[in-house]
Amino acid sequence: MAAKYKDVLFGLYNDETLLMSAIKTANAKHLDIMDVYTPFPVHGLDPLLGLEESRLHIVGFIFGALGTLTALCGISFIFGGSLLFEGDWPTIFGGKPYWSLPAFIPITFELTVLFCGIGMTVVFYIICGMGFGVNNPILDDRITDDKFCIAFQTNDMSEDDVDGLKGFFDETGAEEVHSKQI
Amino acid sequence: MSAPVARIREPLIEGHKSYHDITEDLVGPTEQAPNMMWMIAFIISVTLLGFGIFALCWTFYFGIGAWNLNRTIGWGYDITNFVWWIGIGHAGTLISAILLLFRQRWRTGVNRAAEAMTIFAVMCAGLFPATHTGRPWFDFFMFPYPNTRGPLWVNFNSPLLWDLFAISTYFTISLLFWYTGLVPDFATVRDRAKGIRKKIYSFIAMGWTGKAKHWQRWEYLSLILAGIATPLVLSVHTIVSFDFATSVIPGWHTTIFPPYFVAGAIFSGFAMVQTLMIITRKCLKLEQYITISHIESMNKVILVTGTMVGSAYLIELFISWYSGYVYEQFAFLNRAAGPYYWSYIGMMGCNLLAPQVFWSKKIRRSVWWTFFMSIFVNIGMWFERFVIIATTLAKDYLPSSWSYYWPTWVEIGIYVGTFGLFFTLYLIFARVAPVVAIAEVKSILKQYGDQYLGPNATEAASHSDEHTHAAH
Repeated sequence: MAAKYKDVLFGLYNDETLLMSAIKTANAKHLDIMDVYTPFPVHGLDPLLGLEESRLHIVGFIFGALGTLTALCGISFIFGGSLLFEGDWPTIFGGKPYWSLPAFIPITFELTVLFCGIGMTVVFYIICGMGFGVNNPILDDRITDDKFCIAFQTNDMSEDDVDGLKGFFDETGAEEVHSKQI
Repeated sequence: MSAPVARIREPLIEGHKSYHDITEDLVGPTEQAPNMMWMIAFIISVTLLGFGIFALCWTFYFGIGAWNLNRTIGWGYDITNFVWWIGIGHAGTLISAILLLFRQRWRTGVNRAAEAMTIFAVMCAGLFPATHTGRPWFDFFMFPYPNTRGPLWVNFNSPLLWDLFAISTYFTISLLFWYTGLVPDFATVRDRAKGIRKKIYSFIAMGWTGKAKHWQRWEYLSLILAGIATPLVLSVHTIVSFDFATSVIPGWHTTIFPPYFVAGAIFSGFAMVQTLMIITRKCLKLEQYITISHIESMNKVILVTGTMVGSAYLIELFISWYSGYVYEQFAFLNRAAGPYYWSYIGMMGCNLLAPQVFWSKKIRRSVWWTFFMSIFVNIGMWFERFVIIATTLAKDYLPSSWSYYWPTWVEIGIYVGTFGLFFTLYLIFARVAPVVAIAEVKSILKQYGDQYLGPNATEAASHSDEHTHAAH
């Protein structure tokens, strides 16, 4: 059963190279890292942590396609000329058919981009558990400044295991080691 | 790890900064009380804004007759200023999106401020189409919705409507892009703040913690937003050019307009970024983050786009002659030698000739030259829009309707007011948010910091095991 509060033991490193080598050591020792926090995107971290590629681009594609569809359906609804819609206000411009695609390309494109951008951004904030006024627990204030953090969850661990983790932090050159309940 | 950097590259972060120094330097300005210079600038901006609001109210009260437009010249200052501002609003997304896709690292120093500039410039631009009818309370007519007026739909075949879609999409996407980039930096400010500031920044930082997975998604989001913003930025000014190009007025009805408008937009946008960044880096002491190398890179873009715009002017002239179409020939002769010859000279001088000085490396790297040239370019690009709009309309097919246009104080007042709006917003932004993207600058430090790259390098840029041990 997941505990309501997490006991977290975390170490702060001064440099991303130290962090990377510490993660390699942790992987070699089969330690179960809860999370890694960094002040900026550190490249090369994802494969070490076994993070899968983000699927955000699929979200973007789906929303973009929805935008395209909205534009085309909206135009069909207004101008008719398709099987689905008979046309709300068909108008002839310059002797073209009611439903003449080229004139609607700009709007279709803009709606595709708009839907894709908004959809992807909103989904990003939702899946990250973020939003205006949300206060996610912060392990240390300096993580957004210059500290690189590896955190372990220690709820179900014995004293020995926790000591082992502290040993790991010492060995890999963590500047500070703290525990916190979040 | 990251790709190695060619030795020929110059450092982009000077002063042997550590990660903590970067935080101190960039968050610092938001934590101190505003200085005298800021206060004075702010008061001036708000005064200009107030005058603009007054001029707008005057327009709404007395109607559009308060402007000097007439039946011949239906577009004057309003649309000139609209196109000018929207052009300026293109550099931000160009810097953040296109340069991100091209992996140009120097964007990290200037992207934040440039994006902010984009958003504020688009707001200024949007003001003109929204008010140039004199009845902004009817603006909802522009939105397509099943309505009680017929039912009648907006004209989907009109570039003016495409413009509405393009600009509102552009504004939204730029805002999302900018804000998503700001969130981690707001978190940095939050984690240093106390009391009420902490509460405010906690609210706007949206609970950012810096988790590895969140960074991964954040980078994905930035990359894809950049991917969709790149065609968007090109489409927006293309559509703005359609406002003219799809009409049948000689001098407007040309196929060269879309690429030439886009190049012009990038040109004027970069000039405005230069103007702002040179002042900002001086006032906020950011010379080590926005280096001469950044300025030079932007000057190169100005040179290229300025030359593109210049050749478009010349090609236009040639084609009008070569077409054998007398109305087109007259339109261009009238531009260069008609009653508005002075604006044509301003346009050619500032846009085609002036930026050519940037062929000289010395001038490209001179802050003063850059500053003055950026002002010249902004003036030149304003003249370009004025030339296109006013001179063309003043003398079209019917000589009996020929007219001359000169703005009233109300029109000038609204234009001045948009400067007020722009600088008020920019000054507030420079107070409350880090003007340089903190996280992004940190992420390039190990490759582009001057302790790793260039003549003052003391440490190896590549991450070796010795480096790890040396830290202890």
